[in-house]
Amino acid sequence: MERTRLRRQVALTRQSLFDQGFLDEQFIQLEDLQDDANPNFVEEVVTLYYRDSARLITNIEKALEKNSLDFNKLDGFMHQFKGSSSSIGAKKVKAECTLFREYCRAGNGEGCTRTFQQIKKEYATLKRKLEAYFQVVRQAGPAETACWPK
Amino acid sequence: MLNLGYCKGSMSTASSGGVSDQFPVGLRVLVVDDDPTCLVILEKMLRICLYEVTKCNRAEIALSLLRENRNGYDIVISDVHMPDMDGFKLLELIGLEMDLPVIMMSADDGKNVVMKGVTHGACDYLIKPIRIEALKNIWQHVVRKKKNERKDMEQSGSVEEGGDRQQKQSEDADYSSSANEGSWKNSKRRKDEEEEVDERDDTSTLKKPRVVWSVELHQQFVAAVNQLGIDKAVPKKILELMNVPGLTRENVASHLQKYRLYLRRLSGVSQHQSGMGNSFISTQEATYGSLSSLNGLDLQTLAAASQIPAQSLATLQAAGLGRSTAKPRMPMPIVDQRNLFSFENPKLRFGEGQQQHLNNGKQINLLHGIPTTMEPKQLANMHHSAQSLGSMNMQLNAHGDQSGSLLMQMSQQQSRGQILNEATSSQVPRLPSSIGQPIVNNALASGVLARNGLAESGRGTGFNPVSQSSSTMNFPLNTTAELTATSFALGSAPGVPSLTSKGMFPEEISSEIKGPGGFIMPSYDIFSDLQHHRSHDWELQNAGMTFNGSQQSNSLQSNVDVASSVLAHQGFSSSQSNGQGRNISAVGKPMFSAGDATDHVNAQSLGQPLNNFFAENLVRVKTERVPDASLQTTLFNEQFGQEDLMSALLKQQQQAGIGPAENEFDFDGYSLDNIPV
Repeated sequence: MERTRLRRQVALTRQSLFDQGFLDEQFIQLEDLQDDANPNFVEEVVTLYYRDSARLITNIEKALEKNSLDFNKLDGFMHQFKGSSSSIGAKKVKAECTLFREYCRAGNGEGCTRTFQQIKKEYATLKRKLEAYFQVVRQAGPAETACWPK
Repeated sequence: MLNLGYCKGSMSTASSGGVSDQFPVGLRVLVVDDDPTCLVILEKMLRICLYEVTKCNRAEIALSLLRENRNGYDIVISDVHMPDMDGFKLLELIGLEMDLPVIMMSADDGKNVVMKGVTHGACDYLIKPIRIEALKNIWQHVVRKKKNERKDMEQSGSVEEGGDRQQKQSEDADYSSSANEGSWKNSKRRKDEEEEVDERDDTSTLKKPRVVWSVELHQQFVAAVNQLGIDKAVPKKILELMNVPGLTRENVASHLQKYRLYLRRLSGVSQHQSGMGNSFISTQEATYGSLSSLNGLDLQTLAAASQIPAQSLATLQAAGLGRSTAKPRMPMPIVDQRNLFSFENPKLRFGEGQQQHLNNGKQINLLHGIPTTMEPKQLANMHHSAQSLGSMNMQLNAHGDQSGSLLMQMSQQQSRGQILNEATSSQVPRLPSSIGQPIVNNALASGVLARNGLAESGRGTGFNPVSQSSSTMNFPLNTTAELTATSFALGSAPGVPSLTSKGMFPEEISSEIKGPGGFIMPSYDIFSDLQHHRSHDWELQNAGMTFNGSQQSNSLQSNVDVASSVLAHQGFSSSQSNGQGRNISAVGKPMFSAGDATDHVNAQSLGQPLNNFFAENLVRVKTERVPDASLQTTLFNEQFGQEDLMSALLKQQQQAGIGPAENEFDFDGYSLDNIPV
């Protein structure tokens, strides 16, 4: 009973992440990679993503604080951040990254700063939601992840 | 290196069915990406595809992994944007060194970036985020590449066919039998074996005794290639030009292939390279033709170098005689000299391994006597560098008349110099070293050439041709070249004068030789400070043999611009008139590396004083009879430790304030004045 409820919760939570646009198809790719050899693969990768992106975010923040912005450098950082975000399927974050890069290319410092705030917000939201999701997944038991419809 | 055998195995295995069952299972993939998230995901995906995955997050690590284990990987997947090295650069390096298929990937899907991947030779370009489906089929690139390689091999060198076929067949058989054991690995092993065998058979004609690419033969080859222009050199035409009985088109084709790889490697490795004055060295070789003594020298290079001399000689003759005319000519020598001095070149050439040392050793011997053996090698080196120039059409006939030849050399050099300057090729490193030899008469010529060659390499930065051991090589050449150049210009004294100049240069050079980095020609201020002369590596810097063909005119001043080493100062030019054969006048110019930052020489004033100076030096040299050896030694002071004449000469030169200019020298206005001896 409890198990069923939990599984249902996992399914619903997962679905909402997709429906609300937080995650895209790439996340499913990650899920497909999960197997008996790596039963927690998705969570591991996402954790790795948090670590790496925290570093990038700090770098970008520092770069944005400078008086004269180095747009090339900013673009470079953002390119990296966008790359890893897209590899885990972070849809909204990725979209904001694209916008940021456009401002960079246009040399629009204010646009960059504004967009960056947005990126941070989306990033924080995604992180929160994913953590809640993984918590339910762990509660429901490993078998749950295997039965999602592809 | 020809990967003759590389594809044999895989191709056959794929089709024979023996191993194909497992293929592409076990495909050995190296994935490079600085993004840890992507790296982990890719690794997992590739594992699911049943590939063998090695991941690394830095391009440098990837390169060293590949280098350590050349046949340990089948395909490389690399990200475009990486902090330590641009992905495209890695792509190029892998293509050149290991010739593996490389797939580029990036979150960037802009058309330009994708196009860049194509132009740099990537076999595919994946847009991130990468899906596993995209990775499932990467094995096709491995198969395709092998197939193409195989076809190329077959087309380019029928000589290898006979031998290869047998090998291939046996290979196939082997593959089938080993199908069940990690087919990839077996194939690789076989390929290696095949490659070895194939390479050995490379130069052999079908069922005929193998063609040995001797130095002379290689020289002829290089001469032909230069004549045609490196881009237009096709085996058939090369064969015709070489006119060697018994040589087939296939022999030439496979040799050309190797040569091209070599040049590519050079250009890829040597950064600067402005252009070694290959030309110089080659002449020498022609003269001496004996390569035997060079141990460690790359025969090919030597051969190449030797080619140049011949060519340069020819050119010199053609141009040099008129010295004055050669404005273009003049510069050449200078340029070449730069190359000569460019240590880097030699360094590179000698397998980065200080082959030069060997040469140096040789040189010493040679120096004392008539440097014969060494020269060819050096020349070869130079030649190679010269090769890069490609344009110098050296049809020297070398040795005919000493003076004539010298002139030719000079002109050659000059022209080379120019080319070199422009070429900025990294190639010539070798030449300088080889050039060192030419001290004696012929040597002179070669020396000059060499000088030029060396100078060339130095392009602009002063040659560091010799910096390493190689530099030593260069020096002698340089000096000689210079000397010869000048002497030739004057046309008077064959042989001797060059020595003097040589002496001068060597010294300069040695002092200059800094290290591969390039010669640093200390500020060259001929007039201001004779001492300077020593410090600058003017010689090195610019192959500066600014011979200004016009020996007479000490328009050193004009040469100031010449970045190349002021080797010209060597002032050989002026002296020609005297029997000493100081053709120094011509030489004077080269040394003068005008134009370099460090160079303060007042062009104007230089002319005269230099002439005088040179004259003196020349005289001095003469008496001292700078033997080749000495010259050479001076250059390589470090190496040879011979200080006598060379030092004297160099000092003199220094005094003359010949400060080779660091940068490229423009030979334009530099005219060697006749320095009365």
